[in-house]
Amino acid sequence: MENLRLIVTPSPHVRDKDTTPNIMFAVLISLIPVAAASLYFFGFNALRLILLGGAAAVATEAIFQKVRGRQITISDGSALVTGVLLALSVPPTLPSWMIIVGSVVAIAIGKQVFGGLGHNIFNPALVGRAFLVASFAQPMTTWTGPFDTVTRATPLVVGAARSSLPDLFFGSVPGSLGETSVLAILLGGIYLFYKGIIDYRITLGVLGSAAVMSFLTGANPVFELFSGSLLFAAVFMATDMVTSPYTPKGRWIFGIGVGFLIMLIRTWGSLPEGVTYAILIMNAVTPLINRWTRPRIYGQGVHKS
Amino acid sequence: MSVKTFFGGIHPNYAKELTAASPIEVLSAPETVVVPMLQHIGAPAVPTVKKGDKVLAGQVIGEAPQPISAPVHAPISGTVVAVTDRPHINGRSVLSVIIENDGQNEWVELDTHPDPVQLDREVILSKIRAAGIVGMGGAGFPTAAKLTPPKDATIDYLILNGAECEPYLTADHRLMLEYAEDVILGAKLMAKVCGAKKIIIGIEDNKMDAVAELQKFSGAIEIALLDTKYPQGGEKQLIKAITGREVPSNGLPFQAGVVVQNVATAVAVAQAVRDGKPLVERIVTVTGPVINEPRNFLVPIGTPLQNIVEAAGGFTEEPGKVIVGGPMMGMAQVGLEAPIVKTSNGILALSKAESHEPNVMPCIKCARCVDVCPVYLLPLRLEAFGMNEMWDEAKAYGAMDCIECGCCTYICPSKRPLLQYIRVAKNQIVAASRKKSS
Repeated sequence: MENLRLIVTPSPHVRDKDTTPNIMFAVLISLIPVAAASLYFFGFNALRLILLGGAAAVATEAIFQKVRGRQITISDGSALVTGVLLALSVPPTLPSWMIIVGSVVAIAIGKQVFGGLGHNIFNPALVGRAFLVASFAQPMTTWTGPFDTVTRATPLVVGAARSSLPDLFFGSVPGSLGETSVLAILLGGIYLFYKGIIDYRITLGVLGSAAVMSFLTGANPVFELFSGSLLFAAVFMATDMVTSPYTPKGRWIFGIGVGFLIMLIRTWGSLPEGVTYAILIMNAVTPLINRWTRPRIYGQGVHKS
Repeated sequence: MSVKTFFGGIHPNYAKELTAASPIEVLSAPETVVVPMLQHIGAPAVPTVKKGDKVLAGQVIGEAPQPISAPVHAPISGTVVAVTDRPHINGRSVLSVIIENDGQNEWVELDTHPDPVQLDREVILSKIRAAGIVGMGGAGFPTAAKLTPPKDATIDYLILNGAECEPYLTADHRLMLEYAEDVILGAKLMAKVCGAKKIIIGIEDNKMDAVAELQKFSGAIEIALLDTKYPQGGEKQLIKAITGREVPSNGLPFQAGVVVQNVATAVAVAQAVRDGKPLVERIVTVTGPVINEPRNFLVPIGTPLQNIVEAAGGFTEEPGKVIVGGPMMGMAQVGLEAPIVKTSNGILALSKAESHEPNVMPCIKCARCVDVCPVYLLPLRLEAFGMNEMWDEAKAYGAMDCIECGCCTYICPSKRPLLQYIRVAKNQIVAASRKKSS
């Protein structure tokens, strides 16, 4: 035992097993139910868009990092998550080249120009989506029904009175790939909550404030929550760790703000759906929310006896 | 019984089953002991012996130069062979008295009191001070000083800390099982000294056998069950969990009307006042995945780590790290030469695989560090301030309130050294304020 070569570092000396790549992997697993539902309802189009969206995002990240002489970090899974999320938020008939453009923009402009993983201000998938909506308004707002390629209006356009609640719940309605099935979204959400990856404050904040808003505006709250991409966004988009607040109170404010803005745009805006812009706006004010909601530190404001 | 707790904290692998069932074994003194003059917070003791002196066990070999200090005693009888700087478990060299064991175990005359609770408060206090007792939970604050808050302070509670929330360690657990009567006696003596109206013993609910044992002697003393969660035994967390009170920022527990003492300190107090015995030995858990026979020892203070590890059967393979204390707040050692001191509650050996620093990834703002911080800081911000040398911002965000429990670094999925950078910021803030005041 004379010549022990011991490692000396400051405490703590043990670490939790969970890692950032594990978190990204868990998010991908949580997307399996919605991906499966989209394959079931929209068939080959779903497969085509998810594969292209994911592959383009990963390739963009690798090329960007290679060109800038940085370490290539595609194995952390974060680019794949962005690409798949984007694909799940577009209509099934979107042309292949458009989803590729969307993924390139999401990773290059939404993420890498800010400095890569952890440094971006806006949710990269939504940056890509906003770009696609602004550039290709028609293909991004043309939806087909499940099991066919006939163009149909989504429940949000049709309205609550002419939509069937069971169809909304199981997902047999026109819409973007991942947003139609409430059941599949809930399955993914429960898994993420169980794994400690999403914060209930954000999801409940979005759903709660949207429900209150729809009640106040005379709309049917259940229909509003179940239709469009509101639930998908409340579970998978608004909860993005990098672009949402890190203080407990801030997460409530963020969620409530997203739900409020979604309903504001849906009710009075000229767009059929307001989820993308609602979240991007709240992403922009996240640094401010963090600053305003610093928790009280233990022992501060306590009277010295 | 309801279980009390605090906000935040983590649930690491406790790994206490390695030693929880192994009774305390007495480890005989080695041929030479190395007794550092600094085993506590405050001024080092001043040696009262020189090379060649014969000493008896229990004899004073270092005097306390001021109230925030503690005397040091010889753990064995023998001859002083040197008074010189020696490696300390804190990583530095510290003035130490080296004594060669004469094998006689001859003690100084001990002043015993069969009914110590009847003694005057001042007498009890002077005996605690003279016995060199310091906080044995890890920090080592001189106990006599901690028991004498300013005269205008009212102490409502004396809380005994039996949480032992550090993973792997079972020294306090075994102590509560095997010295339950002394724990209670020590608590009563300390309550008398500090004038506490009520005594509460806090124990994590993974040690129900210790709770049952203490209840045999506890009488009017309350036992509070605590959630098994790290850092439940942190002083501020313990006070919050048991009383609902908070220690003021930059303040001390007496300002919340509380004095906290470790259960091992209580036993040392009982033995000092009743048996006249100074603090010259302590219970040490020797454990970890690469220790051959993990167990608990009663060890003379000044015994080198090497001897204690050998007594536990040595290593199963070459260790990556040897830590004095627990895995969350313990000190990694450069070797096994340094001796056990009054505050050393464990020796933990980790494998090479467990010891390597993990790969650091970018912060993804998952806020797990925020959720676990038991003093409600924003560790991710403080880390960034520390890294970017933004000391004023670090101070404004409460860096000085950090208790260095390490929960943030433990939980970070990107394996970032959060606490390490917060420490950098704290050191710089302290250095800047010293510069300003000088």
